[in-house]
Amino acid sequence: MEELHQAKAWELMEMMRRREVSAAEILHSVKGRVESVEERVRSYITLTLDQAERAAREADKALAEGKDPGPAAGIPMAVKDVLCTKGVPTTCGSRILENYTPVYDATVVSRLRREGLTMVGKANMDEFAMGSSTENSAFGPTRNPWDLERVPGGSSGGSAAAVAAGEAVWALGSDTGGSIRQPASFCGLVGLKPTYGLVSRYGLVAFASSLDQVGPITRDVRDCALLLSLIAGHDPRDSTSLEVELPSYAEGLEGGIEGMKVGVPRELMQEGLTPGVRECVERCLSLFRELGAEVEETTLPHLDYALSAYYIIAPAEASSNLARYDGVRYGLRVEGEDMLEMYGKTRAAGFGAEVKRRIMLGTYALSAGYYEAYYGQAQKVRTLILGDFRRAFERYDVLVSPTSPTPAFRLGEKVEDPLAMYLSDVCTIPVNLAGIPAISIPCGLEDGLPVGLQIMGKVLDEATLLRVARAMEEAIGFRERPQVGRGVG
Amino acid sequence: MITEKDVEYVAWLARLELTAEEKERFTRQLGQVLEHAAKIKSLDTGDVEPTSHVVPLRNVMRDDVVEPGLTQEEALSNAPRREGGYFAVPRII
Repeated sequence: MEELHQAKAWELMEMMRRREVSAAEILHSVKGRVESVEERVRSYITLTLDQAERAAREADKALAEGKDPGPAAGIPMAVKDVLCTKGVPTTCGSRILENYTPVYDATVVSRLRREGLTMVGKANMDEFAMGSSTENSAFGPTRNPWDLERVPGGSSGGSAAAVAAGEAVWALGSDTGGSIRQPASFCGLVGLKPTYGLVSRYGLVAFASSLDQVGPITRDVRDCALLLSLIAGHDPRDSTSLEVELPSYAEGLEGGIEGMKVGVPRELMQEGLTPGVRECVERCLSLFRELGAEVEETTLPHLDYALSAYYIIAPAEASSNLARYDGVRYGLRVEGEDMLEMYGKTRAAGFGAEVKRRIMLGTYALSAGYYEAYYGQAQKVRTLILGDFRRAFERYDVLVSPTSPTPAFRLGEKVEDPLAMYLSDVCTIPVNLAGIPAISIPCGLEDGLPVGLQIMGKVLDEATLLRVARAMEEAIGFRERPQVGRGVG
Repeated sequence: MITEKDVEYVAWLARLELTAEEKERFTRQLGQVLEHAAKIKSLDTGDVEPTSHVVPLRNVMRDDVVEPGLTQEEALSNAPRREGGYFAVPRII
């Protein structure tokens, strides 16, 4: 029998509404799981089980009185520690924010609170969301529930590991270059990066403001659609937030994909794909055809330059955003003789190696004499990449690729080689540069480790993206769970 | 090629104190990443406009309505040092 902590959010919602299970029972199951596996997996930086228990009690009370407690009520959630939570420490995986407790909620968090948010804890992450393995957390790495010797991906590795290990039923992550999709792929889950501007960034600690988006990490596509509905929508507190009419993402899910046109960018099928990943993706292409879609190889030539452009643009924006950590208004301060010494010492002690590297890289790319050659040129390459996607979407409804060229790698394997680490985002990065939505769904195993299929869609066409993902999820029929032995199954 | 001197200069611009070991390591690692990034220089972008943002950006204006904001206590609650309702800092000059 399936245990409560393994169920999908929508299943639990239905069970609660039929009064077959209480929010307290669901939380009890998840809490038991936290007690038995958290020591090994380390999904969380801060646990908030007291808050979760209060929320579960309120949900049960509302249900007993015949009221609707909201779709998020009683569904245990992990929230990436990059999102501000009033009264709950928000560290961003960094020493510099170790003692920071926000006095306000991020918009996505306050929206979920209105719908009954039951938050288990703040999930571990690469420091300031910079990384692809969660090894850059100042509070130690998270491990992959499928194989404890491997990384869960990153930067939202804690969020993904929590859902995969049964320490939460769904989670919020953030994605600047793949940080939702790649950990979802490594942990056998569904992860969506929405269109830039669809979800508010207010209260999301900034990494690269023109690329960052908040999104769901869930166990299936239906949960993903439900959670997206809860967090999407215009926010006057984010000037890049779009004012658009939102469709009901869950409603059109079962529409099928007959007659749809699917493009496969050649550029995303070449770089260092493992045989298992290639095989899984090729099997998906056959399934697309069986479902009545037309599949065609295509070319987006400038994607070959996306990684290089990204590793100029993202660090440049980061170097500017992270200038705020100066030891004055919040966060760590290391005293010095004067202001400059205080800045230098505070930032030296507060930031880890990867964050320092990116600040240096960004500062260099923006400095006099190099600005045009690096940052200016990278922005023009971004225009070319946007053009490639625009042309592709004139012909195709969606584009597909692997989410990551490999399944989860070993802890320590890439820590000392930043470039090798960056290359693991080669398939996800173009999506952030173009601002389009993309989803990763599990599509098979290689040596017992999950492989993800990335589906990319048109701007603000999450409805089609989710419909395609749902049809493929059904056709793929991925049912595997982390195994006992290597993992925590 | 990026030199240790460049790294020292950039660290100063970024207000980061680096150890000797960090300077050596970052010189090597930044060199590798910049070498990879240099790939974009080969593209002809003569008539291409730069993109800083994918959303068509315009100034977003609203009416200036008085709303409750953070209290002084809330705003100062995370300050490493405070003095009489202010953030306290070391001497500047």
